[in-house]
Amino acid sequence: MHGRRVSESSAGAEKFGWSRAGLEQFALLSSRFQVPRLRPHELPVLTACCSGVPRCLAGRRVSIRFLVSEKMTEEPDFLGQDSDGGSEEVVLTPAELIERLEQAWMNEKFAPELLESKPEIVECVMEQLEHMEENLRRAKREDLKVSIHQMEMERIRYVLSSYLRCRLMKIEKFFPHVLEKEKTRRDGEPSSLSPEELAFAREFMANTETYLKNVALKHMPPNLQKVDLFRAVPKPDLDSYVFLRVRERQENILVEPDTDEQGDYVIDLEKGSQHLIRYKTIAPLVASGAVQLI
Amino acid sequence: MFCEKAMELVRELHRAPEGQLPAFNEDGLRQVLEEMKALYEQNQSDVNEAKSGGRSDLIPTIKFRHCSLLRNRRCTVAYLYDRLLRIRALRWEYGSVLPNALRFHMSAEEMEWFNNYKKSLATYMRSLGGDEGLDITQDMKPPKSLYIEFFLSGPMSKRLWRI
Repeated sequence: MHGRRVSESSAGAEKFGWSRAGLEQFALLSSRFQVPRLRPHELPVLTACCSGVPRCLAGRRVSIRFLVSEKMTEEPDFLGQDSDGGSEEVVLTPAELIERLEQAWMNEKFAPELLESKPEIVECVMEQLEHMEENLRRAKREDLKVSIHQMEMERIRYVLSSYLRCRLMKIEKFFPHVLEKEKTRRDGEPSSLSPEELAFAREFMANTETYLKNVALKHMPPNLQKVDLFRAVPKPDLDSYVFLRVRERQENILVEPDTDEQGDYVIDLEKGSQHLIRYKTIAPLVASGAVQLI
Repeated sequence: MFCEKAMELVRELHRAPEGQLPAFNEDGLRQVLEEMKALYEQNQSDVNEAKSGGRSDLIPTIKFRHCSLLRNRRCTVAYLYDRLLRIRALRWEYGSVLPNALRFHMSAEEMEWFNNYKKSLATYMRSLGGDEGLDITQDMKPPKSLYIEFFLSGPMSKRLWRI
């Protein structure tokens, strides 16, 4: 079981030079956390750990509940009732939560445009980090356990920070387009900006506009004083190519080639296959989680 | 030729290596704005003459000046915007307090933009969750702690293990 988990997460891990051997050995190690006596041949030359969140931190599985609903605007409801909007609760183990975080992180890193915001994942991960910190503070100074948990916490914090940084960078890079998209969004469609990100984007836009106006534009001839930032700032390039791995089988994806000589054709995506394809073609599949960008 | 000064502004930034912020060229900017003013005034008078005096041969000149004006504006806005992007990168590299050398290269309005940006970023980070939020300007690299040292009890007690 641990072996299987390692192979799933190693694809992302290998990017950072984590060795497969190190991953496998840590998986063994983490299953024996409670016992300080470790058999010598199990001590690896650890280069890094896999991302399995230590389940034995509290000695039991911690469940995360959040509402999965059409609107995606509710706060995570820990009392957990089915509301009448047809929403369901999803109970996640910490390991699954971290897996989702990593998937969201990789998708965000490789997609050319700003993807849907996932406030529930961010909140749940922050809570997990807080719990882990609290537990660490209460634990006695058993070096191995404490150090490894600290390493794990640092890793999760890194992934979360990197994810949020990536989003902020895209917001700043494409700010007029992102704000325009939010303005024209219909109710019921998921937003690509959390409320805090929206506030940040608006402030950024106002700040930049005021600056340009005060420094240059107001000294210019009257008919030139308005600069349309929406046209001036380049749009995200949706035609760029991305690598992806298929998680759910898809049929009849219409592909439009970029040269005029070839006509449109239709392909099927098999589960587990990997492709290099234009982002525009598979954008809705990324949003639904049917493919994973790598 | 028109727009020379504006091109020089852009070239100056282009020459500075990625991430470096040269001093704010206030003189250059002022000259570009003056040129724009002069062009505009010439255009105004020509437009009046063309309308009242019926001199349609002035129209190409008017169009030409208008294009120069647009080019000047584009170059100045590009210059200013690129500087803003470089200043933004400074916040992520150096943190909230900039070294003095860099501060001298920024104009007063740029400083104000920087302060507003800092504030906005800080509000966002604080709102991220928990009591203090998450400082995402830390943890820029994946953590790679090298070794943990420990001793084993029992038969292996003589050795110091490192993982």
